[in-house]
Amino acid sequence: MLRSYIPALVFIGLGAIVSSALVAVNAFLGRKRRTGTVKGDPYESGLPSEFSRTFRWGVSFYMVAMLFILFDIEVIFLYPVGVILNAADSVFVLAEILVFVALLLVALIYVWRRGALDWR
Amino acid sequence: MLIAEVGFAEATWILIVKALVIFAAVFAVAPVLTVVERKILGRFQARYGPNRVGPFGLLQPAADALKLIGKEQFEPRGALRLLYAAGPALVVFSGIATLAILPWGDVKNGVGFYGIDVSIGVLYFFAFGGLSFYGLLLGGWASGSKYSFLGAMRSAAQLISYEISMALALFGAILMAGTLSLTEIVHAQDDVWFVVPQFLGFLIFMVAGFAEANRAPFDLPEADAELVAGYQTEYGGMRWGSFMLAEYLEMFVISGIAATFFLGGWKGPGPGFLDPIWMLAKILGLMFLFFWVRATLPRVRYDQLMSFGWKVLLPLATLNALVTAVLVTVL
Repeated sequence: MLRSYIPALVFIGLGAIVSSALVAVNAFLGRKRRTGTVKGDPYESGLPSEFSRTFRWGVSFYMVAMLFILFDIEVIFLYPVGVILNAADSVFVLAEILVFVALLLVALIYVWRRGALDWR
Repeated sequence: MLIAEVGFAEATWILIVKALVIFAAVFAVAPVLTVVERKILGRFQARYGPNRVGPFGLLQPAADALKLIGKEQFEPRGALRLLYAAGPALVVFSGIATLAILPWGDVKNGVGFYGIDVSIGVLYFFAFGGLSFYGLLLGGWASGSKYSFLGAMRSAAQLISYEISMALALFGAILMAGTLSLTEIVHAQDDVWFVVPQFLGFLIFMVAGFAEANRAPFDLPEADAELVAGYQTEYGGMRWGSFMLAEYLEMFVISGIAATFFLGGWKGPGPGFLDPIWMLAKILGLMFLFFWVRATLPRVRYDQLMSFGWKVLLPLATLNALVTAVLVTVL
């Protein structure tokens, strides 16, 4: 029954209300802002801060992000099979899991050997 | 049925009221935890910790909250206004939404002592828990400061690396229980808590949980020695407080999931009405572990953190899942 999701909706609503209240509360209850100072500068120890949003970021990050997608989908695919494994009690289901995981283990060993997991 | 079906739902008003009660109870406990953590850390370092505001310093969180509310609304010059505000909001939202899944007891007198008990179960936790990743990434990126930017990128890479091991660590317990519903997983532990047959899974889950909650020794995203304060460098006032609150909520939920999957959830000696107390006691015990580890272990280096996640935890979790799968079928 979808009705049992109602508490989740309540929590989601509470989350939306509380989080927006926390983010906005200083604008209403806090001190008024003094502008025209150097206060708005980003944190830096004395020098002018250099920042650009088009920073190049190392390729390791994208590598990790791609691997994450691969392995997270593996886990999500495993979950439904895992739920029925005990009740099914069949070697076929077990073999399916083993083959699926083994294929991804090969992929993991491959990227490991190629050095994609070394954070540089 | 595998898709979103549950056995039981009360009248609509009971569903709403019980959600509000759980929310109020958790938010009554969470501020106390901030004080308890500081007092425990103090004791570990042979000092008192906060003890000036109220009896035993118990009113410290109220004082902290008042101070944070009194701060001015601040935005650094280079910030992207909307995303800068969305960062902390998303993190808190994710923390509150995941609270719905924790089971506090069985169905008693026609009322289920849990927020939701659905057949997608723990996937709800991963779906909403994963949202906090966007909060850190957006908040740090939108701050317009290089320290925030570095912290945000680090936290993103760290969160996604450890989430896999976390999910795989639970997979062993799911194989044994044959369900995703958290109450049924607790019932599956009638004979023996899963911490005994799934001890490796429990360890992997807790280590990955430390990384997920950005807690020491894996608090690299906010590593104050190198990145000032990481993604929260440019935040102040209650927006900064939101990150703190979310950290405690996240620890609470991770401890709750660990207690449910491995420590028998609400099970304990005594009459039925003690069930939520037992659950809370187990959660607080696991949170003490968070505090204890923070006082004991130094921060690891970043490349150590990444290689530990991919080269130790992930293979171990996979092995654990495979061995459990074989044993569940054979036995």
